[in-house]
Amino acid sequence: MTLLRLRDVDTYYGEIHILQKISLEVGEGELVCLLGGNASGKSTTLKTILGLVTPRAGAVEIDGEDVSRRKTSYRIAKGLAIVPENRRLFAPMTVHENLEMGAYLRKGASSEALERVFDLFPVLKDRRRQLAGTLSGGEQQMVAMGRALMSEPKLLLMDEPSMGLAPILVERNFEIIQQVHQSGVAVLVVEQNANVSLSIADRGYVLQTGRIVLADSAKALLANEDLRKAYLGR
Amino acid sequence: MATGEDKPRVGVDDWVASVQDRREQRSGLAGLARRVDDVVPAWARLALFAVVAASLPLWMDRGDLFAYGIFTLVYVLLGLGLNVVVGYAGLLDLGYVALFGFGAYSYALLSSEHYGIHWPSAVSIPLVVVATALLGLLLGLPSRRLLGDYLAIVTLFFGQAFVVFVNAANPTVRGKGLTGGPNGIADIDPNDLFGYELTTRRQQYWFILAIVLLVLVGLHFLSESRTGRAWRALREDPLAAEAMSMPVNRLKLKAFALGAGIAGLTGCVFAAVLTAVTSGNFALPILITIYAIVVLGGIGSLTGVVVGAIVINVSFQFLAPENPQNNARILFYLVIVLLLMLSMRPLWRLAVVLAGTVAFGLAAHVLAEAISPSWTAGAVVEGGRFAGLISDWVIIPSGHDRFANGAYIALIVAILAVTRIRGVWRTLSLVPTVYLAAVVWETSFVEQPAVARWILFGALLVFLMTVRPQGLLGTPRVEIV
Repeated sequence: MTLLRLRDVDTYYGEIHILQKISLEVGEGELVCLLGGNASGKSTTLKTILGLVTPRAGAVEIDGEDVSRRKTSYRIAKGLAIVPENRRLFAPMTVHENLEMGAYLRKGASSEALERVFDLFPVLKDRRRQLAGTLSGGEQQMVAMGRALMSEPKLLLMDEPSMGLAPILVERNFEIIQQVHQSGVAVLVVEQNANVSLSIADRGYVLQTGRIVLADSAKALLANEDLRKAYLGR
Repeated sequence: MATGEDKPRVGVDDWVASVQDRREQRSGLAGLARRVDDVVPAWARLALFAVVAASLPLWMDRGDLFAYGIFTLVYVLLGLGLNVVVGYAGLLDLGYVALFGFGAYSYALLSSEHYGIHWPSAVSIPLVVVATALLGLLLGLPSRRLLGDYLAIVTLFFGQAFVVFVNAANPTVRGKGLTGGPNGIADIDPNDLFGYELTTRRQQYWFILAIVLLVLVGLHFLSESRTGRAWRALREDPLAAEAMSMPVNRLKLKAFALGAGIAGLTGCVFAAVLTAVTSGNFALPILITIYAIVVLGGIGSLTGVVVGAIVINVSFQFLAPENPQNNARILFYLVIVLLLMLSMRPLWRLAVVLAGTVAFGLAAHVLAEAISPSWTAGAVVEGGRFAGLISDWVIIPSGHDRFANGAYIALIVAILAVTRIRGVWRTLSLVPTVYLAAVVWETSFVEQPAVARWILFGALLVFLMTVRPQGLLGTPRVEIV
């Protein structure tokens, strides 16, 4: 069953054509990555999925329903959640409060979701009263993921999880993503780091100047000569 | 995290866990204030404020109670309302003072001789609060699409439109100008407690104090509630809040309505205490003062609003035109000395500048007198021992209009010069500059109390905000990069 489907989506910023006939899909429980360099349209794709920008043509479908004209809150209620680029935590609020905000639609933190997040990231339990802004980059990433998981999504969107982290933390991060994935949540990872994201993904798309230029299984993409040259540097 | 080892190990970072132990212990008064602020729980602070504030009428005379007590409380209430919109939700609302005016005028219309309507407070106040909250909701509608500067401009327009409407439009209702035009509305009834009219200053003061305490308690619980946290999240990162699917627009409107309701409530008690309202009470200077209170106290902090209101109103009343000119003079020299104390390191530089300025002035005075006695024949405004010292130090020629203007221009040049010079020469050039400032003060500003008051007020604010940009009780922002 397809959780998320983009059908020939065209998105504009004002008069500038950003996304050109983007089509992609994420199935239930799948881990898909969307690769692309700077200014390739990765973040715009995510914004289109979330409804922070409206596409001019094409359709965004969640669970088979066309939500192109629906508000962000509606889409999130349908089971989306996002870990934004640069995490965008609420810095002067505690870890616990940050997590609570992720479940805002559910009238306060459901203790079950909170327990699940703490099971996944035990370190956050010790840090729950600490201000999010005082955490290390890796821990902040955990809070951002935990916050997204609080709404118990079916599909987690991740915007450049490797950004600004030490290589060892990037690896740890993708282990966490895999862990979340194994717990049954579908994940769409938007990344520049092709190597590490393809190593855990089922399938991948490659985005270039607003178009999808490649779509294949992760294995095939890793073997793809052009992709190796463009993204892996060898 | 105590690992038993003091030596950091490669690859093990535990400073995040121990961040609380590693907080810099600030020395001096600021550090002490910070620690007290951390330790004292909210209810104890409230109790302390309540006890001290409630005892005020027991030792203050009527006039002081009005100027210092009642006005401070009114400013506290106004600051608390604005703090909801600006401090909690982070919306730059410059039309706030119009809501205060709307509340005051509405109360005036419902309880005065103007139309002969005399509704009891128990009816009129809740009605006005609800009406003002609804108006605030309307004013907040543009915030659905506009933020920051753009929202500020739209709301500022609303604020100015209110003043013009009250002053000039003054539509005729029931054969009478609705707002009384420039004359405003007079003979407003005092507030009453279920029929018992609060006519003395003491009664009014205690009534407003009770309202302030109620609002403080309410806002404390609100800021810890789900909505309060959502407001803070919204203020920190609107896009992230939106992506968390928070009802961003509803939250904004809630903040606008609540802030407006508090402004309307303040308007009711303000109109009743003054017994008359005119548009001038709700113009731009009041808005600036309320903003100064919230910003000075530390945006988002309830204690900060109370402290800010006390600092601002007390210094403002202290400088009031009916008070002796010497007040402003003392404050002026105090601000200069404090500014020098805070900006001069090491301390010997401070000593050099202060002693140098005194010596420089005495020498200049002697020199000027030797050249022509008329150069120092001008009179110092107001007597007193301090003024006597001043007259031996500052050059005040008789008939000194042109001299004063010249000194003013020289001061501006000197200040510009000081900012361009570095090192020892700056320290040295500060001496004549400070002296010039004193000369300009004594020859120009002292004679124009209205101007001097605002200039000093501005200087005080600039000074405080330089020392503590985050406000007296605000927390410095932690930025995530």
